[in-house]
Amino acid sequence: MATTRGLFGSSLARKYWMALTGLFLCSFLVIHLLGNLPLLMGKQEAFNAYAHFMTTFPLIKAVSYLLYASILLHTVDGLMLAKQNMAARPANYVKYNGAANANWSSRNMALLGTFTLLFLIIHMKSFWYEMHWGSVPMITDAEGSTYKDLYTITVAAFEQVWYSLFYVVAMISLGFHLWHGFASAFQTMGWSHPRYTPWIKAIGYGFAVLVPATFASIPLYILLT
Amino acid sequence: MKFTLNVWRQNGPQDKGRMETYQVDQVSDDMSFLEMIDVLNEQLIGQGVDPVVFDHDCREGICGMCSMFINGEAHGPGRGVTTCQLHMREFKDGDEITIEPFRAKAFPVIKDLMVDRSAFDRIIQAGGYVSVNTSGNLPDANATPIEKPDADAAFDAATCIGCGACVATCKNASAMLFTSAKVSQFALLPQGQVEAKDRVLHMVNQMDLEGFGNCTNTGACEVECPKGISIENIARMNREFLSASITSK
Repeated sequence: MATTRGLFGSSLARKYWMALTGLFLCSFLVIHLLGNLPLLMGKQEAFNAYAHFMTTFPLIKAVSYLLYASILLHTVDGLMLAKQNMAARPANYVKYNGAANANWSSRNMALLGTFTLLFLIIHMKSFWYEMHWGSVPMITDAEGSTYKDLYTITVAAFEQVWYSLFYVVAMISLGFHLWHGFASAFQTMGWSHPRYTPWIKAIGYGFAVLVPATFASIPLYILLT
Repeated sequence: MKFTLNVWRQNGPQDKGRMETYQVDQVSDDMSFLEMIDVLNEQLIGQGVDPVVFDHDCREGICGMCSMFINGEAHGPGRGVTTCQLHMREFKDGDEITIEPFRAKAFPVIKDLMVDRSAFDRIIQAGGYVSVNTSGNLPDANATPIEKPDADAAFDAATCIGCGACVATCKNASAMLFTSAKVSQFALLPQGQVEAKDRVLHMVNQMDLEGFGNCTNTGACEVECPKGISIENIARMNREFLSASITSK
């Protein structure tokens, strides 16, 4: 009989939640990216139809609550872990050579995560909030269906230089977060294997470059065309 | 060789502590780092100054006692070595060297460079053992067949000397590498299965109670570990803990 804190409270449990929510958020990034690809092709109708589908289809709505919960849990859990980690070394070293044995992104996950959260708040205010409760103009497509014209709102936002540049910087930050986070989540869950772990790491690095880079290309494409 | 040493001096657990600068010369490049500190201490005693207190015992890299944080790294710039196996030839003549104690809430400073690592002992006491009678009639060594890769991995984990370099170097002062090595050395062997669930649950629980930080998987610990313990062991402990948390009664 174990008298321990088990799956809630223990340090490992906190890390499991970080890993699981992190991986779930990675899967969301893929869906979100695929849905936004029409922006790169200038397809107004396809993008508006996608935005309409995502805000009205019941299953997606249900999953979206899981997504909000994951973002919240990943944030709160991450902050609690960071607080514990700082408390674990009350007196700092005079000289600490962190670069000697660990890469930069792995040592700055909390900082990168906080910046990503800041981005997320601004991003959700601009589009998610406007789509749900803001005043988005309506548009009627060729088949006579009426949609909220999120496309025009998005293009207008990205035509502002400072706004687009902020997105690019945020995506670079996200890239570094994923560079360490993707494979780290597998290690935390104990999903480690001499044959598969090198593949997981390779996929993680590819994911960390490709996904944020494609996201960043959207504001750049709109800004430059 | 000559060196300028910035050494952490702290009179006791309650003292605030400060860096002091000393000059040492007549250091041979064949000296170990600890022998260089011996030279410094001889010099300080001659001047009527309190010698620098530091932990050491075997001086052949197997006891895990020497615990200095040298130029921003646990056991200094060498790889796969403890401080006693770090030689002065690793440095350049005239170098400035910063020497600090291992820093973690769970490793309070006793004096100068000496820290109290009994938190590790309490983690072992929480479950790092097998409750079998090892005296008297021992079974034949080959009575319980164990696959070579498993035996090797268990032995690799068992080479952990409990020096605390993993904690010292971790940006979170996490004891995951130590604890996972001590869990793994039994988890891989049939003799360890009987208490496997309780072992991992209790050892992780004790690790948390001691105030160590959490693992961010930076991998710094395995780079600094003088025995080359792999973070594979951390993944194994994560797996063991998850399954034990779900299935233990």
